[in-house]
Amino acid sequence: MHDQDVMKTDVIILGGGLNGAAMALSLAHGGMKSVVIDFADPKTILSANYDGRTCAIAAASKSVLEVIGAWKNMADAAQPILDIRIADGQSPLFLHYDHADLGDAPLGYIVENLVTRGALYRAIAENDLIEMLAPARVEDIARDQGGMTITLADGRAVRAPLAIGAEGRNSMLRDWAGIKTYDWSYKQSAVVCTVKHKQPHNGLAVEHFLPAGPFAILPMTENRCSIVWTESTDLGNYLVNLDEETFTDELHRRFDGYLGDLEVIGPRFCYPLGLQHAYHYTDDRIALIGDAAHGMHPIAGQGLNMGIRDVAVLAEILVNARRLGRDIGSIDVLAEYAQWRRFDNTVMLAVTDVTNRLFSNDIAPIRWARDIGLAVVQKIPPLKKTFMSHAMGYAGTLPKLMQGKSL
Amino acid sequence: MSEAPTKTSRTANAEEIARFSAMAEEWWDPNGVMKPLHKFNPVRLGLLRDNICAHVGRDPNTIEPLKDIEIIDIGCGAGLLSEPLARMGAKMISVDAAQNNIDVAKVHAQQSGLEIDYRCGTPEMLADEGKQFDVVLNMEVIEHVDDPQFFMQACASVLKPGGLMFIATLNRTLKSLALAKIGAEYILRWVPAGTHDWRKFVKPSEMSGYLRGSGLEMVDITGVAYNPINDKWSPAPRDLDVNYMVIARKPAA
Repeated sequence: MHDQDVMKTDVIILGGGLNGAAMALSLAHGGMKSVVIDFADPKTILSANYDGRTCAIAAASKSVLEVIGAWKNMADAAQPILDIRIADGQSPLFLHYDHADLGDAPLGYIVENLVTRGALYRAIAENDLIEMLAPARVEDIARDQGGMTITLADGRAVRAPLAIGAEGRNSMLRDWAGIKTYDWSYKQSAVVCTVKHKQPHNGLAVEHFLPAGPFAILPMTENRCSIVWTESTDLGNYLVNLDEETFTDELHRRFDGYLGDLEVIGPRFCYPLGLQHAYHYTDDRIALIGDAAHGMHPIAGQGLNMGIRDVAVLAEILVNARRLGRDIGSIDVLAEYAQWRRFDNTVMLAVTDVTNRLFSNDIAPIRWARDIGLAVVQKIPPLKKTFMSHAMGYAGTLPKLMQGKSL
Repeated sequence: MSEAPTKTSRTANAEEIARFSAMAEEWWDPNGVMKPLHKFNPVRLGLLRDNICAHVGRDPNTIEPLKDIEIIDIGCGAGLLSEPLARMGAKMISVDAAQNNIDVAKVHAQQSGLEIDYRCGTPEMLADEGKQFDVVLNMEVIEHVDDPQFFMQACASVLKPGGLMFIATLNRTLKSLALAKIGAEYILRWVPAGTHDWRKFVKPSEMSGYLRGSGLEMVDITGVAYNPINDKWSPAPRDLDVNYMVIARKPAA
């Protein structure tokens, strides 16, 4: 291949999902160029029934999306979460987070992934520093002392001092680099669907811990809610295949009159749940972000928020390094990213794992203990504020973008 | 050209050249023999960038803050400073008295896709060519030369009037003998034993003399200190006991 056929850029991003797209925009915000490669056609991705999932976007993640110019494209379709109620089974004791406890700002937002992705893609289309290669299939990955070269099936090639793996749990770049993962299946599935309802939800998010796992009702715009219903894998598969009437009856039993009449709109999805954590987040000229580095139980709605935090931290480190003329793919620059993120993520994975194990059972003493635990947290304002700050994404050392600052 | 060898031997000691040549190939490994220099580098780069930008009135927080600024890196080694400066947009001419260092530096710059004019030689060679630069870098070199006053004059002659010179070196104190010589070479094994001759370390008062003798004005002097707790280097304006950096200016003509 002739040298002039190779497209040169600052960073190659494999995977154009939410994290990959946000990464490209964050780097562009700091003046850095990137090429995003994704196997899927953006047109297919943005079609309505591709992804029925929603994401909780914490206040700190929203700041990132604002600074990188994506939030304005999605603000109208974002439902503010004003209150969070966490309840355990049939117990009358519960934990209630009111956003007014911490000031005026909402605790976070519920946004359909489709909306978020559309907002990011529109911002990318307007940005001269980002080149999107999709649909494109990666044919070859090569690394030498000066950089990474990615060759596509159509013969095009891209070269940069750093490649970022943002392809999700089955990261090709991670596997190519031989980075192993710790994997744990919960033998649970999340049934996800959207319902329309009669009564207003008033911005209340409900997390109901049932013996099989958490049952979450997340407020969406236009009197809709997103349901994330955790069940054993067998039962999950059974539920998505039920006829509409029986499924709606099952939902009504669990809502117990809350929000009035329910109507399931759009398709139902069933996702297996499991925890996955890469042994390393970086390798020579390689960094992993989002689910490629850490896939987690969606119990606390922190999956995307952890990914966005990876993005904000990595962008800050890379832009600072580049402004000093440092080689952004060198192991000493990338070590700063790994050190900053690994501790945070390990804590978050452990907390959600333990929470899930603690709540996904019906053993009486554990149930009493967790009920009292919830009530205790409810009664002690400082403790509650700490938990709320965590939910809003304000814990730990905050990268600049999460503080709403420019790089 | 009977003078040239004499000049070379006065500014570049033969034993010193051989010692660094042996190390050159390992210079670029962040975890290799030059690990302390790699750790030290971001702090030095920040000081260089911010001071040059302040001098020419530019915003340092851009992708190419040093665009088109002409810099000579004297005693460039394998290019640990030259490459980042070139990435920041500077036009680099980098010289080193050791041919092996220049060979390693050239190969590495090509791998990194950077254009740097590397030359084996000494600053007075460029002075003979009549070349002058916006910025002269004189980083960790003066403590290795035999005739510091002569060396400083040669460096000053390639600096444009109104331009900046950066000189980094080690102070000759008991603390530097303990830390930089005995500590770094023999105890921590950060750098190979014999890297430095403590007797050639330069006191700030001597530095002032060399600058005056070369027609330069001292603009600033700042320390760089190592914190063993977090394993990081940071600027320490008042601690000149071990590593320090001087910024000097050549008066406008």
